[in-house]
Amino acid sequence: MNFDTAWKAGIQGRSGAENMKAAKQGSAKPATRHDDSSELLSLLRHMWVIRAFEEKVSALYAAREIVGLLHLGIGQEAVAVGVCGLLDTDDLVYGGHRSHGHAIAKGADPNRLMAELAGRFTGYCRGKGGSMHIVAAEAGFVTASGVVGGTVPLALGAAFAAREKGAGRVAVVFFGDGAGQTGPFHESLNIASLWQLPVIFVCENNGYAEFTPLSAHTKVERLAQHANTYGIPGATVDGNDILAVRKAMGRAVDNARAGKGPTFVECLTYRLRGHYEGDPGKYRELSQLADWKKKDPIARFTRVLKRRRAASAGDFEKAESDARALVDAAAEFALSSPWPEPEETATQVCA
Amino acid sequence: MPELSYLEAIRSGLLAEMRDDPSVYVFGEDVALGGPFGVTQGIAEELGSHRVVNTPISEGTVMGVAIGAALSGLRPVVEIMFVDFITLAMDQLVNHAAKLHYMSGGQLRVPLTVRVQCGVQGNMGAHHSQSLESWFLHVPGLKVVMPSNPADADSLMRDAIRDDNPVLFVEHRGLYFTRAEVPEGGSGRAMDRAAVLRSGTDVTVAAVSRMVAPAREAAEALAAEGISVEVVDLRSLVPLDVETLVNSVRKTSRLIVVHEAVEQGGVGAEVAARVQEQALYYLDSPILRVAAPNAPVPCAPPLENFFVPDKERVVAAVHRTLASQPA
Ligand SMILES: Cc1ncc(C[n+]2csc(CCOP(=O)(O)OP(=O)(O)O)c2C)c(N)n1
Ligand SMILES: [Mg+2]
Repeated sequence: MNFDTAWKAGIQGRSGAENMKAAKQGSAKPATRHDDSSELLSLLRHMWVIRAFEEKVSALYAAREIVGLLHLGIGQEAVAVGVCGLLDTDDLVYGGHRSHGHAIAKGADPNRLMAELAGRFTGYCRGKGGSMHIVAAEAGFVTASGVVGGTVPLALGAAFAAREKGAGRVAVVFFGDGAGQTGPFHESLNIASLWQLPVIFVCENNGYAEFTPLSAHTKVERLAQHANTYGIPGATVDGNDILAVRKAMGRAVDNARAGKGPTFVECLTYRLRGHYEGDPGKYRELSQLADWKKKDPIARFTRVLKRRRAASAGDFEKAESDARALVDAAAEFALSSPWPEPEETATQVCA
Repeated sequence: MPELSYLEAIRSGLLAEMRDDPSVYVFGEDVALGGPFGVTQGIAEELGSHRVVNTPISEGTVMGVAIGAALSGLRPVVEIMFVDFITLAMDQLVNHAAKLHYMSGGQLRVPLTVRVQCGVQGNMGAHHSQSLESWFLHVPGLKVVMPSNPADADSLMRDAIRDDNPVLFVEHRGLYFTRAEVPEGGSGRAMDRAAVLRSGTDVTVAAVSRMVAPAREAAEALAAEGISVEVVDLRSLVPLDVETLVNSVRKTSRLIVVHEAVEQGGVGAEVAARVQEQALYYLDSPILRVAAPNAPVPCAPPLENFFVPDKERVVAAVHRTLASQPA
């Protein structure tokens, strides 16, 4: 989808629905293509929206305006935007417990998303979902999940349906390195390969599952190796380099649309915050954190764009300040929205 | 009216929906060849092999695939070969199928049917004989139906597939080859409603699935003693038709629940609780349960026979409830 349109619409203070309508006017483009400057700048803007959104969420959590169990993806924005920037609204994305960024990158309305995190009736799920159970159906973000590895099979189902309908749509699932040790993950790689489904596995390998490094969960060094086992093309890329993610993803999307089956993209990245908000993070060395801060995907991409003279200094500043303004407005929308009525509790149990 | 076996009636309901609606797909192990019992036999030949999808032995993931497909507008029917293996798919059923409509604030729907066969038949032992339906009563968002006869099997299958919610369709292996007339085109909506199979005035016996037969036999035998038993086939466990049960108990003042699943934490407990909430003062004696003992299902014939409630046990329970009088 053209999420630049959605983003601009958001800045102009349109409602979520208008936002999405504007976004949907963007048309399907081939995924592998030459990026022009305005497109590159739009990627940067979207990374900023996610960063600003999650920093705001963190602040609201500290202020107890948002409660619950929050997993932020600060530092991993290049994966979300690199992947979703190549998808249309009708392509279906599944996430996990750390998926605010995935939903935003897929075109979810920041207002309704923030309202959902704040437990308000105006949230995407009327406050019934919360941070780990985001659904933004209108944007093609089907669902997040609190069950590690749990959405991998669901994405196969979306891919199966897409293939049967013959619409050339693809399904994408984001999951972490920890999910790579679950049974459904392995069963899913096998079935996706067996049935040649148009699904793309995006593994965000941030090196840790909660407090445990990957090396203490498996002897397999690169999770993309598993793709090999099951006969799926796989690649490991620098997940903090949005252009590298985009390149690998472009090939994957083109293949899936052309009926050439699944692809596995492992993105090496790092979360710059704790596993959850409030995690003191004693299991990681501060020096490691400092090293990864130097590889911050937003600063890094800004440097690339500067080198390419793809935008002016003013553009870079504006990308950040506009994102912060958008997110401030989302927070205001959320916190001024009504709570769900208690009677809402036992509604929508059955369709 | 054609006479069909229970197994053929399941196929008849399934096939009718699949002919009507191209979004109905079957997933399961060996299903393209009909599965081990032959329920899906011939469907691939008639409607195309893409509609009857053989899967690897990956119950959890296949359940997830079906849920994902349901979220994308298909109406999948998943076959879990033995209910004993639904354990492997519990996460997807409980955490996703049951909850996505709710958690999404109504944005998503999961029109999924899960076919399982359950129960004791053929000395297969503890991993191929269980009755696990009561677990699913405890998961808001799931529906559970258990047909006891061919006509209901046909109708409930149609209802389950048309339902916009995940429905667990529990078949009993011991009923597969029982035969009865099945109205062509289905016998109308059967879901959500219990069926009063025999009207009576002294005791209500509410039974589930294969236990309906011994309940009826018991009623027959007791009639000869001058005891009038009302037999209710629950059919649908979620939602539970409490109204029919309460109406019956208001008349008979006594209730016995019969199921093949073990007694503790079973459907009988839920029925008893729900009925007494509305009809306690109509009851003349405690509600009794006739159920399997609290043990895994054993293999050896004398043990297995002892495990499954039969007509004699229902008769004995009826005598017990009639002997117990309010102080
Ligand atoms: C099935 C399951 N087991 C355990 C948990 C608790 N848990 C939440 S996140 C997490 C670690 C996940 O690691 P990874 O997949 O690498 O994702 P990351 O948190 O690094 O993004 C665990 C164990 C869970 N949510 N689900
Ligand atoms: Mg991780």
